Amino acid sequence: MKRLLIAGVVLAATFAGAGPVLADPVDDTLEIDGTPIITRTAAPEGHPFDELYSGWLFRESETRDLSRDSFENPGMIAVEDGEALWNTVMGTEGKSCATCHEDAAVSMKGVGAKFPKWDADSQKPINVELQINKCLTEQMGAEALPFNKGGQQELTAYIKHQSLGLPVEMDLSQGDMQSWWEKGKDVYYTRTGQLNLACASCHETAMGKMIRADHLSQGQVNGFPTYRLKSGLTSLHQRFRGCIRDTRAEQPKAFSDDLMALETYVTWRGTGLSVETPSVRQ
Amino acid sequence: MTRRMKITLGAIAAVALSTAAIASEVSPETVEFTDDGVAVSLTGVAGDPVAGAEAFKNRRLGNCLACHANADMAGELFHGNVGPELDGVADRWEEPMLRAIVVNSKHVFTDETVMPGFYSLDAGKDVAKDFVGKTILTAQQVEDVVAYLGTLKE
Ligand code: HEC
Ligand code: HEC
Ligand code: HEC
Repeated sequence: MKRLLIAGVVLAATFAGAGPVLADPVDDTLEIDGTPIITRTAAPEGHPFDELYSGWLFRESETRDLSRDSFENPGMIAVEDGEALWNTVMGTEGKSCATCHEDAAVSMKGVGAKFPKWDADSQKPINVELQINKCLTEQMGAEALPFNKGGQQELTAYIKHQSLGLPVEMDLSQGDMQSWWEKGKDVYYTRTGQLNLACASCHETAMGKMIRADHLSQGQVNGFPTYRLKSGLTSLHQRFRGCIRDTRAEQPKAFSDDLMALETYVTWRGTGLSVETPSVRQ
Repeated sequence: MTRRMKITLGAIAAVALSTAAIASEVSPETVEFTDDGVAVSLTGVAGDPVAGAEAFKNRRLGNCLACHANADMAGELFHGNVGPELDGVADRWEEPMLRAIVVNSKHVFTDETVMPGFYSLDAGKDVAKDFVGKTILTAQQVEDVVAYLGTLKE
């Protein structure tokens, strides 16, 4: 055992001697078309970090620049497609989203910053994707959209984009949100897969470090749906599933209780960061 | 002999061969950790440092560069820094301890370590179907990687 302790000292020395490493989020500020974006903010009480960082601060400068300007942001095409869908009649009732909600710039402003919310009907948290499905089925006589299909990501991006710049602010006092938050926290700290890693292994313990070519961020969700330069528009549950798959674990289904709990908890971990949808990431 | 018989016999022979190979291997459940690490070779076959270097950098195998920089592999793109640099690691650790770290570093560091156990069935929840009951590296790959680590001296 003594040997281990000695080795530990050597290990510590190695860490200290590792020289300058890319460890921290960059010192930069983001404005999108003149709207200031909160990319760092003090963490809410009970948070493992003191300061919260948007994933934007961990990306290369060229990727960061794509976010600054709506004309450069490749994710804005999805927002435009979402706007077209908003005004499209769907279902047997002959209605579009706009029939009831009119101008999204007014009716949806701030809405995306407050999801997930408590849904009294299902007695579960609901996210924007599931709220869209609820309106489609209950208000419009249309079919629910399957995961990532039929414009689900585009409509979600359009709705979230109406909150651009506004701080993420969930209400955990609604219904049973608190116990879903607890359940989500369990998921976050549970190691999965053959590689035996939890979300926290990468996004908390190793935050700021490089894992191969990737600079590990806090895994914040304020920019979703996000535009990934290597794979295009990416929904939140797609990202969750991808990170879980990378631990060599079975992927939970999108919108499953585990992933809804995780969304609730991880959204709270980004309280106060601006909605950045559609963010650009690598 | 019918064609079918041949195939069956062939398959049996292959199974017999692989069990013979496994019989001389230490299984992941029976690896013995002491204060000095894992003293006994997992296979009794000397590790091959060249094969070890390959397993070390292969993303489907060790993928060690995901978390460790290694000047000896400066030609490879993208070295991570989740763990310490491995330059001179053989000056810091004896072979049994290097083997223990690769087999299951949780026995050497803490349960909290981010480094996966490469010859351990002590995995996380919901292991994907294709990986259930399997270790990340085979016993011989561990020996090869350990032999490669042994060459990293300063
Ligand atoms: C027939 C009227 C009607 C139509 C058409 C309709 N909705 Fe709704 N929508 C509602 C009502 C009523 C609510 C509030 C009650 C609820 O949650 O269902 C609501 C709530 C919402 C909310 C949550 C607002 C908040 O403040 O939390 C969103 C987002 C939303 N709808 C999006 C859509 C989208 C996208 C469409 C088109 C696919 C759509 N709605 C079509 C009536 C409608
Ligand atoms: C093996 C390491 C690893 C694990 C474990 C992991 N992730 Fe990730 N995750 C990454 C990498 C790498 C990226 C891309 C770079 C970055 O933003 O950190 C990423 C990105 C993300 C993003 C996007 C961040 C942004 O700014 O767009 C979210 C959200 C996320 N992860 C959530 C999770 C959750 C939740 C878990 C647990 C279910 C998890 N991750 C587990 C490595 C990991
Ligand atoms: C997911 C990240 C990760 C991967 C992949 C990984 N390691 Fe590690 N490794 C670590 C961490 C972190 C430490 C430091 C121990 C600690 O603090 O928990 C470490 C420590 C070590 C040490 C001790 C280093 C020293 O200087 O004392 C060795 C040796 C080592 N790893 C070898 C390997 C080998 C060989 C592989 C591939 C088969 C590998 N690691 C893969 C994260 C990783």
